[in-house]
Amino acid sequence: MSSITTDPPHPSQQRGRVVIEATHLRRTAPGLPSQVLLHDASIALCAGDRLAVVGPSGAGKSVLLRLLASLDAPSSGSLTWQGQAVTRRNILAYRRAIAYVAQRPAMFDGSVEDNLRIPYTLAIYRDSRYDRAAVETLLKAAGRDAHFLDKSADQLSGGEAQITALIRVLQLRPAVLLLDEPTAALDPDSAATVEAMVDSWFRASPAAALAWISHNPSQAQRIGNRTLHMEAGRVQELGQERVQERGYERGYQRGYEDKHE
Amino acid sequence: MNASYTNLSNLDLALILVNGALSVTLGLRLGRRLLIAAVRTVVQLLLVGQVLAWVFRSRHWYVALAMMTLMTVIAGLAASRRGERAYRGMRADGMASIWISSWLVTAFGLFVIIRIRPWYEPQYAIPILGMVLGNTLTGVSLGLERITEELTAHRAQVDLLLALGASRWEAARRPAVQAVRAGMIPTLNAMSIVGVVSLPGMMTGQVLAGQSPVEAVRYQIVVMFLIAAASALGTTLAVLATYRRLFSAEHRFRAERLVARTTRGASD
Repeated sequence: MSSITTDPPHPSQQRGRVVIEATHLRRTAPGLPSQVLLHDASIALCAGDRLAVVGPSGAGKSVLLRLLASLDAPSSGSLTWQGQAVTRRNILAYRRAIAYVAQRPAMFDGSVEDNLRIPYTLAIYRDSRYDRAAVETLLKAAGRDAHFLDKSADQLSGGEAQITALIRVLQLRPAVLLLDEPTAALDPDSAATVEAMVDSWFRASPAAALAWISHNPSQAQRIGNRTLHMEAGRVQELGQERVQERGYERGYQRGYEDKHE
Repeated sequence: MNASYTNLSNLDLALILVNGALSVTLGLRLGRRLLIAAVRTVVQLLLVGQVLAWVFRSRHWYVALAMMTLMTVIAGLAASRRGERAYRGMRADGMASIWISSWLVTAFGLFVIIRIRPWYEPQYAIPILGMVLGNTLTGVSLGLERITEELTAHRAQVDLLLALGASRWEAARRPAVQAVRAGMIPTLNAMSIVGVVSLPGMMTGQVLAGQSPVEAVRYQIVVMFLIAAASALGTTLAVLATYRRLFSAEHRFRAERLVARTTRGASD
């Protein structure tokens, strides 16, 4: 029950080749080997996958996503990218290929545009350049004009900051998006904008895949064509039909209860 | 000599009494602590004077070396006590940074610049090492405090840079540069006002002991440069050591290694 590598594909869905494959990923709390945050998770993310990761608070969803983003080290298990093991030699290229978006966007001092230029200061992007026209196209999709670029990053609302963070990674044309509750703290309008931006990125990128942690059941349904349910550090993949029947709603309710405690 | 010494002690007593009177009139409730501090100052310095007199007389290299080692260990242990966050190995990093930088720079000063013979001539080696240690300690402890503070406060930015594909050095560079700057600033300030606002202790001592101010200044310039070099080297070593502990070769930020100090550690 804990490790499910494949599931029957949804009839309407064409799955491409495997992009990220996690095998027996396990992570324990730092310094506390007896406290298991993630039990033996095996997941294959394929081109065309839109994986909704659901489950109550503290179930290990963020732990899993940070492991997939290679930001934390697994206690055991392995991660491959297009069939190749992710090692210290190719880890920076791996992180360039995927994009990880946190719930709370991190901003640097300066304008929105300064923040959008940050990736290009890194050695891994030395072959590419900041493309203002491409950024303005993304801005337009988010319902903002070029004046938005001159805003000071510390004066952005939560929604504006998340939109900025999303443009910051989408301009880099990642192959995979890993989103950790990007809309959980946003107003409905901003949340809809973020969803629309991710959706149009996905449609425009034939080999794209995404994993999206969501606490919102209707959002998880909208964005996902696969659903991964997590509870107490264990992953369980549910087919769409079974989602409503069991586990899923119950999990959410438990999640909300956790939050209110 | 004896008469002037007594005079000095009387003056000191008068000064402490001024403090005591202030404490009583302003209700600072510092009277007791003031008394203890005054007694400690007198006892510690008298003891150190005796020890130094003995070390200076003994003329054995191992006595000088033991004294210098003791001084370095005490400074090294004090280096990692600042700041709200600490990591395992921080004490060793502080100790190593102070030891390497202060001994290298002091050796350079003694052998290459001042050229004393024999090398362990305690009258030179111990005071110079002492001054270098005092300032390196300030730099190293400020540097360690700042790097742990910056990495705690800016964890999200560091993670963001790493997620974008930054190397561990690219992700840590801003906090590291801030920390080295923070450690260097007291030394840079001291260098720019030296002689104008403050007369350094060593120079003051030489002048009071009857040496010509011009001669005293020459030594002081050498000492200031030794201090600046050791402080810069020690701070940089400490910050780099922290960086290596907190960032893995896989370009991951091991933020969980930065833990809040226990109350006992903080009050130490």
